[in-house]
Amino acid sequence: MSNQSTKLDRRSFLKDSALAGGGMMLSFNWLAGCKPNTEEALGMPEDWFRMNGYIRIGDNGLVTLMSPNPEGGQNVKTSMPMILAEELDADWTKVIVEQAPLDTDNFTRQFIGGSQAIRTGWTPLRTAGATARQMLMRAAAQTWNVPVSEITTEPGFILHQSSNKKAHFGEMASLAATLPVPEEVDLKASQDFKIIGTSKKNVDLNKIVTGKPLFGMDYKKEGMLYAMIIHPPAFGNRLKSFDDSQARSMPGIRDIFQFKSLRDDYKRTFFDTVQFTDLIAIVGDSTWQVLQAKKAIKADWEIQEGYEEQRDMFGREAVRVVPKGLENTVAQEMAMKQAAQKSQTQRKDGNPEAVFSTAAKVIERTYTGPFLAHNCMEPMNFFAHLEGDTVTCAGPLQKPELTEHALSSRLGIPVENIEIEMTRLGGGYGRRSYAHWLIEAAVISQKMNAPVKLVYTREDDMTGGVYRSRYQATYRAALNEDNQLIAFHVNAGGLPENPLYANRFPAGAVDNYLAEGWEVPSNITTGSFRAPRSNFMACVEQSFLDEVAEAAGKDPIDFRLELLAKAKANPVGEGNDYDPDRYAKVLELVREKANWANPTPGVSRGVSAYFCHNSYAAQVLDMKIVDGQVQIDKVTNAIDCGLVVNPDAAKNLCEGAVIDGIGTAMYGELTFENGVISKSNFDQYRQIRMKEAPKSIETYFVENGEDPSGLGEPAYPPVFAALANALYKATGNRFYDQPFSRQSNS
Amino acid sequence: MAQFSLNINGKSVQVDVDPNTPLLWVLRDHLDLVGTKFGCGIAQCGACTVHVDGEAVRSCSYPISIVEDKKVVTIEGLSEKGDHPVQKAWVEHDVPQCGYCQSGQIMSAASLLARNPKPTDEEITSAMNGNICRCGTYTRIKAAIKTASQTL
Repeated sequence: MSNQSTKLDRRSFLKDSALAGGGMMLSFNWLAGCKPNTEEALGMPEDWFRMNGYIRIGDNGLVTLMSPNPEGGQNVKTSMPMILAEELDADWTKVIVEQAPLDTDNFTRQFIGGSQAIRTGWTPLRTAGATARQMLMRAAAQTWNVPVSEITTEPGFILHQSSNKKAHFGEMASLAATLPVPEEVDLKASQDFKIIGTSKKNVDLNKIVTGKPLFGMDYKKEGMLYAMIIHPPAFGNRLKSFDDSQARSMPGIRDIFQFKSLRDDYKRTFFDTVQFTDLIAIVGDSTWQVLQAKKAIKADWEIQEGYEEQRDMFGREAVRVVPKGLENTVAQEMAMKQAAQKSQTQRKDGNPEAVFSTAAKVIERTYTGPFLAHNCMEPMNFFAHLEGDTVTCAGPLQKPELTEHALSSRLGIPVENIEIEMTRLGGGYGRRSYAHWLIEAAVISQKMNAPVKLVYTREDDMTGGVYRSRYQATYRAALNEDNQLIAFHVNAGGLPENPLYANRFPAGAVDNYLAEGWEVPSNITTGSFRAPRSNFMACVEQSFLDEVAEAAGKDPIDFRLELLAKAKANPVGEGNDYDPDRYAKVLELVREKANWANPTPGVSRGVSAYFCHNSYAAQVLDMKIVDGQVQIDKVTNAIDCGLVVNPDAAKNLCEGAVIDGIGTAMYGELTFENGVISKSNFDQYRQIRMKEAPKSIETYFVENGEDPSGLGEPAYPPVFAALANALYKATGNRFYDQPFSRQSNS
Repeated sequence: MAQFSLNINGKSVQVDVDPNTPLLWVLRDHLDLVGTKFGCGIAQCGACTVHVDGEAVRSCSYPISIVEDKKVVTIEGLSEKGDHPVQKAWVEHDVPQCGYCQSGQIMSAASLLARNPKPTDEEITSAMNGNICRCGTYTRIKAAIKTASQTL
C-alpha cells in the first residue's frame, strides 16, 4: 500500500444532472462487463452523483467512469477505467464507460502519442479511484456512526463487519459527494489487485460487432451537410484557379468555394503540420453527390515559391525550410547521399577514428527506408458546427488540446468556446495528431452556416499527407582480433527528418562510439508514424548488429547480451537511454520461450530487440520460403512494459504490432515523381493481408513489479529486423532497403 | 434521381437517389445504417462488405440500381441480438483493436461459413484475403472463425 496526495478539483462534487436517465432501461451492452448472452437489464439510476471528474455513482449502485484519452485501438478506453475501478473497488459488471470530451479542467494529457497514456495516467487514475472510495467509506462511517477505520469495501459495496452493515455504493453516493475530498489516500498494494492484471473485454466490443455508430465517420446531426476538399495533386504546387461551372449545377450541391485552412500570420506549433492550406470545398446533401461534383471540378495548379515557416515547437523556436520545386525520389536519394557527408556529431565517446583505422576487421553497411503512409482504415474526417462564436466539433483525433489553438486563431473565437467530442478512431498511428481536417471542417461550417461533416476520400487521405520521412543510415563496426566490438559509428539522416537517437544501444556498450545526424529539407510534410524514428532505427541497428555478430562468429543473442553486460558493468559515456538489465531480460525471455537453442529443421529464424517509449521488446521470427513466397510460421514476443493492466488486450496489441511491422517492412513504400505521390489507394499501396500474416504469435511479459509503461509502439520497431535477419537465413541475402518485397520477390 | 424499393435486413424501404449511387452510401447517408464502413471506395479493403442475396459483396462498388429485388443484409441485420455465431466468436476472442474494419470482416466470415461451415485454414485465408485489418488482428480473426465453425 502506498500513500498518495490527492490533487483533485473540489468544485461541483454534487449531483450531476448532465447524466439524467431516470426510468430508462439499460441494456447489457452498455456495461463494461460485456456479457453478450445475458438477458439481464439494469434500470438506470434516478440520480447520478459526481465524485470527481472521472467517477459518477448512480443511486442504484451503477458506476460511470470517464475514460479521458482518445481510443484508437490501443485499448485505453478499457484499461484506463480498469485502473479507476480497481482503486474504487467497483464491481466491473456494474460499470458504464464513457468517453470524456476534451476537458482541460478535469484531465491532463488527453492524447494518443508516445505510448504514454497508461504510464502517465497510472497514478492520477489510481488516486481518483481511491479518493472516491475513501469518500464512500467516510459517508458510511458517518451514516452508521462508526469509525472510518472499521469500514471496508468489497466490489460495489461498503461494509462494517462488526455490526454486519452493508450498503451498495449508490446508497452512500449522495452523502459521499458532499464530503470534503481527502488530502491523502492509500493506494492498493499490487498483490491486492482484483481487476488490474485480469483480462477484461474491450468495452466497445458489442457495439463494434453489431455495427453501432462509434466512429467519426458515423457521426450525424440534424441538418448536417457533407463536405469534401480538393488539395493540390503535387507537393510544391498550389491552387491557381478552378472551373466549377459543371459541378455547381449537379444535384444536391449546396456550394463550392476556395478557402484557407490556416491564417497566413498564424505561428504554427508542433502538430500544425499541413502542406496544403489553400483548398477547394465542395458541400452538398450526401457523400456520393459531393464526390461526383468533386470529380467534375477542373482545377489549375501553379508552382509554389519556397519559404521559411517559423514554428513554436513546445516553446523552442524552429524554422522549417520549405523549398520550391517538384521533388523526385531519385533526386531525393542523391541529396541524401550528399547530406550524409556533412553531418553533425551528436555523440562521441573515446577515439573512434583511430580505432577504425587500426581494427582487425571493419564492417560498413548502408540502409534505407522509404516514405510511408499511415493509411488508417477510417479516412480522415471531422464534424464541426460553428454557431455564433462557439464551435462544436466531433471526430477522431489524437491530440485535441494541441489543435485548439490553430482552430481558435483561424475562427477568431476563444479556445474556451471550442468543444471537442472524441469519437473512436478507426486507427491513428500518428496521422491523427495533425488534425488540420478539424479546422477545415470548422471553416466550411462557418461559410455554410450549418453543421458539416468533412470526409476525405481514400485518395485525399493517401496523397494529402503527413508521412513517415525517408531515412538512410550507414553503420560501421570495428572488431579486434578477439572479435570484440571496439568501435561503432552510426551516421543517420532523413528527408526531411533526422531519425537518430544518439544515446540508444549500443551507445554505452562500446568504448569508441560516434553518432552523427543530418537532415535534407523538403516540401513534403512528414510527422509521427507509429514509434517515430524508432521504426527505422530499430530495423537498421538490429539488422546491422546481426551482421556484426556473424562477422564476430557469435550467436546474435549472446553477442547482444555481452554488450549489455558491458554496458551494465562499465557503462561508457553519459545519458545512455536504456536499462541494460531490463534489456537483457527480454532477450533471455525470448531465447527461452522461442526455444532458441533447438531450432526446427527447415525453419529460418531471426532475432531482434529494442527499447523505446519506456518499454523493452524482443522478438524471434520463424519463417520459410514456400513456393517462392515468404511464409512466417511464428513470432515470439518477449515484452517488458512493467505491470500489464489488461493482459489479453496487451497481447492483442503486440500481435498487431508484429503484423503491422511485417507488412510495413515487406510492402510499405511511397515514392514521388514531379511532386506527385506514387500511390493513392489500396490497389497500389500494399497493406499486409491475412495470407502474409504469421500463422501464430506468442507474447510473454516480464513480471518485475515495475509500474506500467507504454505498449502501443514498443513491439512494432524490432520486428522489422527480426524479419530481415530471418530472411537472411532463408535466402543468404541481407536486406538493406525497405520494402523487403522488392528484393525477396514475394 | 430515381425511386428504388429495397429489402434491407428484412424490411422494405424506399429511397430516391441517383441510380449510380453505391449501396454503401445509400445505407450510410440515406438509411442511417452506418455499421457498413467506407474504407477505399474501390473494392480493395472489404470494410464495406454486406450480403446481397447471401453473397458477400463490396457495397462501395455495387450500384443501387442492381440491388432492387435482392435481399440485402448488413452488420445491423446479421442477427437480432448480436448473437450470430461469428459475432459471438468475435467477442470470445476479443478480436478488434480500432474496430473500424471489423463489421466487414464479420460479414465476410459469416458468408464463408454459410457456404462452407468447416473451412480449412487455406479456405479461411483465401476467403478473408480481401479484407484489410490495418491494426493487424488477422490471427484473432482466423481463430474466431474456427471457433464459430465449431458451433455450426
